[in-house]
Amino acid sequence: MFFQETTPDTSGYMIAGYTIAFVVMGLYVLSIYLRNRNLSQDLTMLEELDETAAETEMRSADQRKKNLMKPGDKKQANL
Amino acid sequence: MQSKPVTLRILDIASIIVLGVSAYIALFVAPTELVMGDVQRVFYFHIGTAWTALLGFILAAGFSVIYLITKNLLWDRLQVAAIEVSLVFFLITIVLGSIWARPAWNTWWTWDPRLTTAAITELIYIAYFMLRQGIDDPDRRARFGAVYALIGGLSAPITFFAIRLFRTIHPVVISGSNPEAEGAFSMTPDMRTAFFFALFAFTVIFIDLFWNRIRLGELQDKVEQLKLKVTM
Repeated sequence: MFFQETTPDTSGYMIAGYTIAFVVMGLYVLSIYLRNRNLSQDLTMLEELDETAAETEMRSADQRKKNLMKPGDKKQANL
Repeated sequence: MQSKPVTLRILDIASIIVLGVSAYIALFVAPTELVMGDVQRVFYFHIGTAWTALLGFILAAGFSVIYLITKNLLWDRLQVAAIEVSLVFFLITIVLGSIWARPAWNTWWTWDPRLTTAAITELIYIAYFMLRQGIDDPDRRARFGAVYALIGGLSAPITFFAIRLFRTIHPVVISGSNPEAEGAFSMTPDMRTAFFFALFAFTVIFIDLFWNRIRLGELQDKVEQLKLKVTM
């Protein structure tokens, strides 16, 4: 290549290089977008699960309280 | 997830614009190099991505030091973001270099000191992500990652100085010349414009991707914490 008299046609390599650079960058941006979207969906679902779990916990705590009250109520009724 | 800050949205748009302008200058404004022809134009993106990637690896090593001192997971997030973006940019650097080498050196790859150190650097950081995947405890993972990135960070200056310290056929573009280099060339003013604009463009793109990746890391941490809370 360095003993030639005319400039060689290496445009094919140039096109390949720029195509690969743009494709790799594009794929990376796409991966960030997709990971972001999936994590946002996971976050929404987990927040809902967390709220449901908190509500269930509160309900069962109330139920336990009521159950504990029952023997006392019976005693009062006997008196 | 919080909506994107306005500054980041502006930076996203600016990144696309500077990338387009940089490609335009490299492809249409910079003159064709007489000996190598059009393939020399990949040099602008090759240097732009290499500069930001090596800078990112060094930044990650800096974040590692701060993490090891403060034990704040924010610095771990910054480190991961810097390494991931740098890894992608460095992959582009290596591939573009290989494409340029085919017509210039008559081979896709040779075990030249610069190419070898570059390949080792890329492999070190691929291994970094593979090893991180294997650790579940966030604090242990961050501590391990910090030590690894700190040691791995040494590969960036070694790669940069490889062409200045060892006998190599890789051209030295910035500050210095290598008499044994094959494919070296002197830059015209238009080539210099394309070169410096590519450096600027890839710096902007790096900052933009880095910021986006940090936000992704925040979201990952949030999901991980909530998963632990729900399963307990």
